[in-house]
Amino acid sequence: QDMTEKELLKMELDQLKKEVKNERQMISKTGKELKEYIESMAGEDPLLKGVPEDKNPFKEKGGCMIS
Amino acid sequence: MCDQTFLAVVFGPCDKCSKEKPLRAVYIKSEQLSYCSLCVEMVWLHENETLASLKNEAETLKGKLEEERAKLHDVELHQVAERVEALGQFVMKTRRTLKGHGNKVLCMDWCKDKRRIVSSSQDGKVIVWDSFTTNKEHAVTMPCTWVMACAYAPSGCAIACGGLDNKCSVYPLTFDKNENMAAKKKSVAMHTNYLSACSFTNSDMQILTASGDGTCALWDVESGQLLQSFHGHGADVLCLDLAPSETGNTFVSGGCDKKAMVWDMRSGQCIQSFETHDSDINSVRYYPSGDAFASGSDDATCRLYDLRADREVAIYSKESIIFGASSVDFSLSGRLLFAGYNDYTINVWDVLKGSRVSILFGHENRVSTLRVSPDGTAFCSGSWDHTLRVSA
Repeated sequence: QDMTEKELLKMELDQLKKEVKNERQMISKTGKELKEYIESMAGEDPLLKGVPEDKNPFKEKGGCMIS
Repeated sequence: MCDQTFLAVVFGPCDKCSKEKPLRAVYIKSEQLSYCSLCVEMVWLHENETLASLKNEAETLKGKLEEERAKLHDVELHQVAERVEALGQFVMKTRRTLKGHGNKVLCMDWCKDKRRIVSSSQDGKVIVWDSFTTNKEHAVTMPCTWVMACAYAPSGCAIACGGLDNKCSVYPLTFDKNENMAAKKKSVAMHTNYLSACSFTNSDMQILTASGDGTCALWDVESGQLLQSFHGHGADVLCLDLAPSETGNTFVSGGCDKKAMVWDMRSGQCIQSFETHDSDINSVRYYPSGDAFASGSDDATCRLYDLRADREVAIYSKESIIFGASSVDFSLSGRLLFAGYNDYTINVWDVLKGSRVSILFGHENRVSTLRVSPDGTAFCSGSWDHTLRVSA
């Protein structure tokens, strides 16, 4: 970028001033929601629960693969 | 400012103090003035004071920001997840190996059809593969080496790529054997340094890019017009990821300035920024719900940032892991975080508990890129060993 050190610092300052004012929530609340999202989706997560060999297209079908 | 002073044998009234003295030409705000040496020195001193006071103000504000964030830190994520069942052993194996690149694989992306993959390499080649059969369906040679970024269009009908050419180009995919793919190439983005990452937005019409020039930009594919640019990183931007469509128009970027920044795509404004890594951030990826994102860094850690708590809430690291993490992605539910490292391995982390649940070997050089397939059934990793591997 073609900005002087002063211009970069000013940009950083303006950004920090804005961010200090952001609304925030407690981790006890947001962390719980992250956990609940995972629990709601876990049943459909193939890499998490595994998929039977015959259902997953990437699992070996046995025999040779001719490409 | 005063970056050019040269001796001129001029004697006259100083533009600042009006005294008759030997003068020097100085440049202040692009204007050429003639100052005596005393006044030149005073201007220098003033500049340095201003810079110092700006730096002080920045440090104070950063301290204040940390204080505000600390107020929300009432528990740790793994405490919230104490009652969650621990994960069992994972058995994941390489199911397909895609061979064909002549040099390091630098980037890859899945097609929405969950089977096609586009990959790009240091040798300038971009290849589209059918990952079920391992067949190569398309290949194009770029006019530059180090094609560091590639992406599949949502429609599956085009790919975008770029690297040391400082551009992002879009190639429509055609199955007509007579058509030369390179002939239909469209240059969309122009940066002043290398292209490090690119991604289509929700349609084939717009592309988001990240560059070594320190900026990100949003482009209209058809016209090549710059729609929005994003300034704020203090160094090369290395990665970006778009928020899942339900959460609105934001994206996150990571850079060599150790910062991860969340942007509003419409206004170009940075909404939140995080600076907790100790080194370059190589990869950022949104958590599936859009309320958080993960990062992978040269400091050998991956971290999770909660957007609503506005802070880092987990660090995924081990004393034995000393090489940088180059790329990260979540499993479908967000419970697992897959991370590729420069020590040739892939570590799988339990996002909630913070522990490692699996380590995968197989690549014979750095893992440079990693993505979970759109339906979460497998993940693909690309490496400096010239291959891509699909594992499940």
